[in-house]
Amino acid sequence: MMKKVFGRPRSMKGNIFHYCAGCGHSIAHRLIAEVIDELDIRGITIGVPPAGCAVLAYNYFDVDMIEAQHGRGPAMATGIKRVLPDRVVFSYQGDGDLAAIGIAESFHAANRGENITVIFINNAVYGMTGGQMAPTSILGQKTTTSPTGRKNVLDGYPIKVCEVFSLLPGTAYIERCTVNSPASILKTRKAIRKAFQYQIGGLGFSLVEILSPCPTNWKMTPIDSCRWIDEVMSKEFPLGVIKDVPAAEQKKRDEKP
Amino acid sequence: MQGNKIIGEAAIRAGCRFYAGYPITPQNEIPEYMAENLRKVEGGVFIQSESEVAAIHMVAGSSAAGARSMTSSSSPGISLKQEGISSLAACQLPAVIVNMMRGGPGLGNISPAQGDYFQATRGGGHGDYRVIVLGPDSAQELADLTMDAVDLAGQYRTPVMILADGMMGQMMEPVVFKEPKPRVYPKNFIMKGAGSGKSKIIRGLILDPLEMEEHNWTLDRKYKIIAQKETRHELYKTDDAELILVAYGTGARIVKGAIKRLREAGLRVGLFRPISLWPFPTNELRDLSKRIENFLVFELSTGQMVEDVRLALQGRARIGFHGRPGGVVPTPVELANVVMRQYDRKEGIIDPIT
Repeated sequence: MMKKVFGRPRSMKGNIFHYCAGCGHSIAHRLIAEVIDELDIRGITIGVPPAGCAVLAYNYFDVDMIEAQHGRGPAMATGIKRVLPDRVVFSYQGDGDLAAIGIAESFHAANRGENITVIFINNAVYGMTGGQMAPTSILGQKTTTSPTGRKNVLDGYPIKVCEVFSLLPGTAYIERCTVNSPASILKTRKAIRKAFQYQIGGLGFSLVEILSPCPTNWKMTPIDSCRWIDEVMSKEFPLGVIKDVPAAEQKKRDEKP
Repeated sequence: MQGNKIIGEAAIRAGCRFYAGYPITPQNEIPEYMAENLRKVEGGVFIQSESEVAAIHMVAGSSAAGARSMTSSSSPGISLKQEGISSLAACQLPAVIVNMMRGGPGLGNISPAQGDYFQATRGGGHGDYRVIVLGPDSAQELADLTMDAVDLAGQYRTPVMILADGMMGQMMEPVVFKEPKPRVYPKNFIMKGAGSGKSKIIRGLILDPLEMEEHNWTLDRKYKIIAQKETRHELYKTDDAELILVAYGTGARIVKGAIKRLREAGLRVGLFRPISLWPFPTNELRDLSKRIENFLVFELSTGQMVEDVRLALQGRARIGFHGRPGGVVPTPVELANVVMRQYDRKEGIIDPIT
């Protein structure tokens, strides 16, 4: 008898993604859905998709979803989670959504230690609107609104969201990952799983940043995009666990018998 | 009890279990009251948000999750909330928004004014929608209309605004809280996680123009029902009146004082007070024009509601106007003198606006 070893996660609807070839969103979607299945939380999960390329995320996730206006996901998630504390609530946000127009909502949700999970897709560009400069565009990066490359004196610096947010005592777990190789995808999956587990355990605000390729607006092939993440983007935004309070506390307990 | 606190208490009694807000004068006693009292109620959530924008979206989230929700602010803060109010209307989520108006535009000042009438009654944010707007003129109405607002929001799944001003918020009057009589309304829109069933989507994004048009007409049908069923107004000494003053909220309180003096001087003046500002009590006002030829609109603005009065009367009567914007609150005596000046008693003609 044949054994099924790979299929569509229960928490995905099976609609065909509208994302461009080589885009990281579809991988991130799938990873989240897999984790929701694995933790068996489909029935108690509420997702908040953003404005941006992932605005139609509710067409793909088979969990309850409520659309947020641009940048307001964490405020909305706060409202939901405070009324339904036993549900699993996540917001899915791009770099413009989180680090520009919604920086206040995101920062303060983190500072309140809201027990929610934020999945942060950083592709260093405004995708849906056609490739404008993002708050995370790196210096020198050419976009439609930084045609000669981002200059710090005119355009400011790329915002390191994970590092900044990790300074807030309200945050429990922050990790930066990417999805540009099979190994990094598996790592990202683990990070998402941990973030959701921490939320289920009531441990506080968790954020997983995913450096995500945008071949269309980077004007690169998908393969070159993956390479650019390795060679350029992850130099600006170093990968790894930025903060893990529960793990650190556990370590302390282990060391002191 | 103080006006702002009355609103807080009335909301809690009507079942409000979620409040988010940001401090702004002259309504700070509302968040303060909620911080102290809503958190004492089982399931009650109070959040001091980082901004007006965040507050309204927290309210939207909590509303989708099934809580009766409220936020409050004053004019500049209400401008910030418009993104969320438009979204609430689009997603058909219930919520109560309190606007304790102050002088504007811009930062203006913190004195009582009625300059947000257009913004409140025409939707306020972007897109094709309306908000139910109630304009209380006493402590008792602050209580009653706040409780009604919570119910109306739930019944029609739409944002409802209490439009008052700094004077209403700060004044003290005795009040009796009525027994809450929650209207029955369907709760199937509430999002609690899909369980083992089909997942739900709450959204305002509808990319297909035909589908979006249908959504616009669906909302419009709802607004038409509201316009038919939910108008409210008060007639005060209109039976024998030869001149009708039209005013709402604090403006109407001043008018009542002025009427006393004008009647003592032998002038038969009455008041038509819209209580629902949207839907505007158009037919009820028009009925008066069947027997009365002269109307004078008084507002604490340069003239906003007067446009609804003109639309209602459609040239069937003469309409005069007197406005005091900027946070100036004239006394009843001053207003009475204005009426005497603008109304030619001998000819029975009000000096009409052009």
